[in-house]
Amino acid sequence: MPNVIEPITAADGTPLKKKLARALFRSKIRAAGLVLPLFAFILCTFVVPIFALMVQGVHNDTFHTYMPRTAEVLEDWDGSSLPGELIFATLAKELAKTKKERTVGKVATRVNRQYSGARSTFTKTARKAVKMEAPFKNAILKADKKWKRVEFWQAIKLTSQTWTPAFYGAALDYELSLNDGFERKAEKERIHVKLFWRTLVISAVVMGFCLLLGYPVAYLLATLPLKTSNLLMILVLLPFWTSLLVRTTAWIAILQSQGVVNDILVWIGVTSNDSRFSLIYNMTGTVVAMTHILLPFMVLPLYSVMKTIPSSYVRAARSLGATPTWAFLKIYLPQTVPGIGAGGLLVFILAIGYYITPALVGGQSGVLISNMIAFHMKSSLNWSLAAALGGILLGGVLLLYWAYDRVVGIDNVKLG
Amino acid sequence: MLDSIDPFVRFKGVQKSYDGETLVVKDLNLDIAAGEFVTMLGPSGSGKTTCLMMLAGFETATHGEIQLGGRSINNIPPHKRGIGMVFQNYALFPHLTVVENLAFPLKVRKMSAVEVEEKVNKALDMVQMRAFSDRKPAQLSGGQQQRIALARALVFEPDLVLMDEPLGALDKQLREHMQYEIKHIHESLGVTVVYVTHDQSEALTMSNRIAVFDDGVIQQLADPVTLYEKPENAFVAQFIGENNRLMGTVKDVAKGVATVALDNGDIVKALAVNVGGKGERSLLSVRPERCIVASEKTQGLSALNGRIEELIYLGDHIRCRMNVAGDDEFIVKVPNTSGQLGLVIGAEVFVGWETNDCRALDYLC
Repeated sequence: MPNVIEPITAADGTPLKKKLARALFRSKIRAAGLVLPLFAFILCTFVVPIFALMVQGVHNDTFHTYMPRTAEVLEDWDGSSLPGELIFATLAKELAKTKKERTVGKVATRVNRQYSGARSTFTKTARKAVKMEAPFKNAILKADKKWKRVEFWQAIKLTSQTWTPAFYGAALDYELSLNDGFERKAEKERIHVKLFWRTLVISAVVMGFCLLLGYPVAYLLATLPLKTSNLLMILVLLPFWTSLLVRTTAWIAILQSQGVVNDILVWIGVTSNDSRFSLIYNMTGTVVAMTHILLPFMVLPLYSVMKTIPSSYVRAARSLGATPTWAFLKIYLPQTVPGIGAGGLLVFILAIGYYITPALVGGQSGVLISNMIAFHMKSSLNWSLAAALGGILLGGVLLLYWAYDRVVGIDNVKLG
Repeated sequence: MLDSIDPFVRFKGVQKSYDGETLVVKDLNLDIAAGEFVTMLGPSGSGKTTCLMMLAGFETATHGEIQLGGRSINNIPPHKRGIGMVFQNYALFPHLTVVENLAFPLKVRKMSAVEVEEKVNKALDMVQMRAFSDRKPAQLSGGQQQRIALARALVFEPDLVLMDEPLGALDKQLREHMQYEIKHIHESLGVTVVYVTHDQSEALTMSNRIAVFDDGVIQQLADPVTLYEKPENAFVAQFIGENNRLMGTVKDVAKGVATVALDNGDIVKALAVNVGGKGERSLLSVRPERCIVASEKTQGLSALNGRIEELIYLGDHIRCRMNVAGDDEFIVKVPNTSGQLGLVIGAEVFVGWETNDCRALDYLC
């Protein structure tokens, strides 16, 4: 017998492997065709915009776009003494150009973020630059006295750099300067880190309350007879069918100082009419409203896990001599850990990026980092800072996810 | 075996209703002696599992009293009853290893680590599962899980062990093997076992006594031989083993023998077990293996005319379906001896049996 392994062939003589690949190819194409629309949709509306925004956090080319020559010559500037005539001349020409093209405002705003007060200096100088003649250094220095300051020039050089870690620094309350690198901002200007911490704490508190309130409900859902549990399920799902805005504003009606809760408290004498509790437009309002809104996200994963735990486990524990409490702690609770993990993770991650509810009921002490991101997106139009804040938030969530995976194990999460 | 003065387990006039409208268990009276193996056998919905759950303490009796070792346990919660239990789906705690599962009842009882280890090892040896001690239940086969469940119910040395259809999920061969194993463990430990099943062969194999349940009532309580040989009513006769049914009206009852006129006019003599007086309807029960097929009447046997409808060759015996007295579902198990192979479909023959093997029972339409 020859010792050569012949490739197995199909009936028509082609190698079986080739034949199989050809047969499977068609079904693979068909399967890919089915997911292609969704894939394209997600790519266009989700992946690409997020990626673009993430890039904005470290990339800002406003200055470079409108004053490219100045940016170029500034690269060679040593950064310790006033620049020479060449830089001033380039600056004057490009200021005049931006004045004509009406883009000086954009450049001025960009520099103003690095050095407050720079806006007026830029617009004033640009107006005069149209008529400036050599030597430009003297002319510009005469236009505004800020041009004499080296720090001002340093700020301009920083903004002229397209790729910069400055926004991430700012998002963590650090200030970037050309010579000293990152430095912590003054105490009263540190707002972001505090907000990050508050977001984490409120999210954790909301998650805790959701677990505390949701666990018994989920247990009832899983153990009551079908007729009763269906009704309960509808009550749990009801919030999903109501607008988020309606639910949040309902809390305003309930919790405000002339609201239901305060009226009842005054009536039963817990507090006097003059000293009603402030339950809304602060952290309390945010926690209460968010807990209510996120509760179903805790109940549903818990329910789906509890549904799969037969009552015989607890019965077995009881018959083996365990008290009801012991049976719950040692047998039932450990088996619901996947549900607790899934629900907790879901609620926490949703809470960490929550926006509408804190914006409506949070007041001063109840706003979260997402409200700050929204502010920079919509009001201050500092998208790069918003992107940096968002990037840190995303990184934080991924970090928590990783930590959860290490401690509990992500395959230990069950959503249904 | 039964000590009627001081039974170990006693159900006294127990009734159970879930909805307040129907009784699932109707007036149950059952005494179980220490060391006995009693099986509650019946179709699903007959109330047998409810009885077991009441004994375990997971259901409360609506009426009546349940006693364990002479004292009422109606108001004692399950964890204080000290009853071992094997569940239908084993109910091994999935997040604990085999050893942790077995140690659970011991740790609850606050035993020392040394004692726990010793008892767990003993229990593992008993079911020959020492090699699997560090596995999780999901890593065990059905039969292995069953053994662990058994060991766990026995590890804290309870006097009473309840088993709720513990072998239902196993395949036939393994089930039969486990039946013997449970029987042997029962014999060697001397523990009292109350076993629930709907499988009659399982009940016959393992039990000292069997309580046949139907409709919330114990239809017959007897040892396996009596139950099979001498069923007291039509339900038991039909539920335990195979059974030929002949309907008729009682003509006469004398000296324990009833003369019954079958619906087609034939007259048959049968043992009067559970019949009313003259003129009452009755169901005659004859086991298929107690019938003889012959070409002529045999001396001393009751005999009826029959036509062979179907023959099924089963190796050790031939299953012969006949039309007897208007009933074409009459089965005779003909032993596979050399003389019996001459049976032909359509042949008109006689089918006969001893009068004692034909039991006249209550009429069950």
